Amino acid sequence: MSSHELKTGPLEYRTEEGRLSILGFWIFLGAEIVLFATLFATYAVLFGRTADAPSPGELFEAKTVLIMTFMLLTSSFTCGIAIHEMRRGSVKGLRNWMIVTLILGLGFLGFEIYEFVHYSHEGATLQSSAYWSSFFTLAGTHGLHVTLGIGWVILLLIQLTQRGLTPKTSRKFFVIGLYWHFLDVVWIFIFTSVYLIGMVV
Amino acid sequence: MTTHNKRIPTQHIVGFIVSITLTLVAAWAALQSDLSVRWIIIGIMALAIIQAGIQLFMFMHVVEPESQGGHVPWNMMFHGGVLATILVAGSLFTMSFGFTHDHDGDGHNQQQQQEEHNENEGSTENSSH
Repeated sequence: MSSHELKTGPLEYRTEEGRLSILGFWIFLGAEIVLFATLFATYAVLFGRTADAPSPGELFEAKTVLIMTFMLLTSSFTCGIAIHEMRRGSVKGLRNWMIVTLILGLGFLGFEIYEFVHYSHEGATLQSSAYWSSFFTLAGTHGLHVTLGIGWVILLLIQLTQRGLTPKTSRKFFVIGLYWHFLDVVWIFIFTSVYLIGMVV
Repeated sequence: MTTHNKRIPTQHIVGFIVSITLTLVAAWAALQSDLSVRWIIIGIMALAIIQAGIQLFMFMHVVEPESQGGHVPWNMMFHGGVLATILVAGSLFTMSFGFTHDHDGDGHNQQQQQEEHNENEGSTENSSH
């Protein structure tokens, strides 16, 4: 791979291995789009089939959902800044902005767990009805992705302190950045088509 | 590296401000405005698509000459988007179109809501763009 190594440009693109890994990760994101599409389709088909459980309009709280959305949007922004700092060659900037991203991600997860516990106390669980099954599967799959992302960032930060900025570590951070922004895109659609429409209809 | 030595990441800041604004507009349209349900749904789904575009172009570096034009597999992304569209729109069309889930036969307004919901839910495909 080093035979193709470039001397300029962002570190993550300098080796062929780095470029191919990033290409491969985009293909993975394409598959993730399809995964979430199946869950969105299931949710849309089962919309309104709440049986005896409460309806989404009764349970969704605009304030909580907006706080979650702003936390995730901000974390996507700080993650972008982290990559920007990485490209300026600043290990410290990358680390600090990634830690901010982690904290916001954890905050988002905290709110989501609180939300799910609250719904289950109100009588809406995975077993309550077709609608709530599809809701928890869709939102839960997104939450699981966020959880995995947080674990992934922690491991990468450990690697960063051990190895510093190399073409390999920069490529890994660039890829986690793509993953994190992608989760934000998915959340925007959950926020819009699940929460906002659930509160309107 | 010259293009990446900028101290202030203007593109990210602009993207962030726009995405926050669009979220607030969507929330306002859904919760405070007097628009009809149909227009609210069309409007907020359109805002979501714009927001997804902002993430892709402002944050995810989909257009970047430094990668020698080879880091985003556009055909795969297009394929993903097409599959997502078929899945969501197709499921709604075959499973719910013109169908009421009211088993007692007296919930007319529910049927109406379901139809309105169905018509617009198809745009969920766009998580790809």
